[in-house]
Amino acid sequence: MTGTSGENSGSSASAGWAQPVRRNLFALGSSLLSWEGFLAFLLVCVVGLNIYNSESFLSAGNLINLFMLSIEKVIVVLIMAFIIMNAEIDLSVASMMGLSACALGWMVQQGVPMSAALALSLAIGVLGGAFNGFWITVVGLPSLVVTLAMLIGFRGLARVIVEDRSIKAFPEWFENLGQQPLIGPFPFALILFFVLLVIAVIVLSYSGFGRKVRIIGISQDVARYSGIDVARVKMLLFATSGFLSAVAGVLFAARLGTVRGDMGLGFELDIITIVLLGGVSIFGGTGSMFGVILSIFIVLCLRNGMALSNITGHIQTGVIGTILILSAMIPNIRNVLSGLISKRGPLG
Amino acid sequence: MTSVVKRRLHLRHETRREGVLVLIIVLVLFGFSLFIENYLSARLFNRVSTSVAILAILAIGQTLVVLTRNIDLSVGSIVGFTAYFVGQQLSLNNEIAPLVAVLMAVGVGAGLGAVNGFLVAFCKIPAIIVTLGTLAIFRTLLVEYSDAQTILTVNLPQWLLDLPRLNVISFERLHLRAVVVVMLVVAVLFQLLMRYTSFGRRLYAIGSSPEAAHNAGFPIKRLVFTAFVLCGALAGLTGFLFLARFGNITVVAGLGFELKSVAAVVVGGINIFGGSGSVLGAVLGASLIDLLENSLIRSLQISEFLRDALLGMLILAAVAIDRVLMKRRRGS
Repeated sequence: MTGTSGENSGSSASAGWAQPVRRNLFALGSSLLSWEGFLAFLLVCVVGLNIYNSESFLSAGNLINLFMLSIEKVIVVLIMAFIIMNAEIDLSVASMMGLSACALGWMVQQGVPMSAALALSLAIGVLGGAFNGFWITVVGLPSLVVTLAMLIGFRGLARVIVEDRSIKAFPEWFENLGQQPLIGPFPFALILFFVLLVIAVIVLSYSGFGRKVRIIGISQDVARYSGIDVARVKMLLFATSGFLSAVAGVLFAARLGTVRGDMGLGFELDIITIVLLGGVSIFGGTGSMFGVILSIFIVLCLRNGMALSNITGHIQTGVIGTILILSAMIPNIRNVLSGLISKRGPLG
Repeated sequence: MTSVVKRRLHLRHETRREGVLVLIIVLVLFGFSLFIENYLSARLFNRVSTSVAILAILAIGQTLVVLTRNIDLSVGSIVGFTAYFVGQQLSLNNEIAPLVAVLMAVGVGAGLGAVNGFLVAFCKIPAIIVTLGTLAIFRTLLVEYSDAQTILTVNLPQWLLDLPRLNVISFERLHLRAVVVVMLVVAVLFQLLMRYTSFGRRLYAIGSSPEAAHNAGFPIKRLVFTAFVLCGALAGLTGFLFLARFGNITVVAGLGFELKSVAAVVVGGINIFGGSGSVLGAVLGASLIDLLENSLIRSLQISEFLRDALLGMLILAAVAIDRVLMKRRRGS
């Protein structure tokens, strides 16, 4: 009943409210078109180039391989997107990956049962993340500083545990879990990634928590005055970040079958690059999971394609760095263009 | 009596922070001297001061950028690139005059810094994104340019190899190295520049409130650009000293220096969100970090692997102390 009456009044007095709504929809549509559309366009280009370069690119084996080579990074990308939307940053993720992997290897070597060692490694992740969260929320230090310190600190702890040896002590089933397909052609890590991806999309777009994350990202003061427990949200995010980094570290250990102190060194830059390329603003608040997914595909396909055409890792990193800067310029160019358009007069 | 109290209250925040840092450095020296025999020796001073000189110059450049509410994560790659580039030129032509070599390093560094500055100031891209990108790009340039070759000590001119051991003043076995003098000159120069020139004060103003700086009519773009160029130039100078100190330069030269320089700046009490801090603080921060690193290596009780873990905690502690001091000042 209320619906029909609303429709009636709407059609009779459309001039009153329809125009702003239409304009908002138009703005929303155009922003989606220009950002995610740009990423999709980029992805099509990269995939097209890759297929042109080598026919084996689109084979299922290569596509799974492409994901598995960076599966640890893309798992952490999911939570990093949340953190950057929250206008914070976590630079310690890669060091946490190294720490949890080394802790796992060391405990197994010391004769701790595998299941207990796994649980403890993941617990280290949660504790480490909460440790970051403590300094950020309770003491009130900037996350850039705290996680920079723990980038050094967690890596240092990993080195304390394994020194400069490498430990290879895992049971066979654990290595199989990391290296062999679990269901059909899909390995466990890949399945886990897609499950986490679905959860991330749901939490960000359809839950109160996701909305709180964004609001805090837009303005922490507004969030606090609206009665959001900012500290709790941030604490939860950093603890989750630690946890997922530990998960990624454990998966990394399983995939390699051995652990070393320098595991995952420098991964944080790749992870942050993917998130920022995905259109998440470094100032928080804006960004979508869809953009991040597209960005994951772009970076993975680009690296894979370059590897298939024998381009070395260093140049790959340089190309991705260039794309990162260029993609950050796109919104500015768009602003200039839309400024020109609005000078000419309203469109609708 | 009252005048003393008053003066203490009027102590500038930066001065107080520098005082705390000096105190921490003295405490560290005292603490280690209890554990390590013959710790407080001329050798310690000679070694630490040489190694501080390199990090401190880099940290001064980083300070300029951080004060404007930006960050430069590409300095490590700039150090690596200039060290390699100048090293190669000197290997090919041993006749290049020392001054020309230094100017070459500073020039290359300033050029790379200008790339950062242009993208940040004029293209309005956040500094963290730009320098994250150029961190990778400059390193890629180096890898491409070097063709996986290494600069070897044997090909370098003799004056360059002698430079790290060149003393300006010696007091018995206590040597004041030329490198350290260079660092001190740079530090004094930039401390004066930031304290007393309108250029320096405007960098602070941009960092503490970009809107206010804009309303005051400051040429923000040009100032931020200049800060990045100066940071690059100082990173170039660091690259030259790096070359002189280590001689053998591979493509990984200077890797991770960006984090060390940010750590020095943060420990030195420069606000990571810009607007407050001093060049002297950055030098003290760099000194503290290098002193700890060098001391932990020598300490037998502490495994060398524990060094980084402790360093991380130290950075947190230094920043937290600073935070407490800031809050108390606001409260009073």
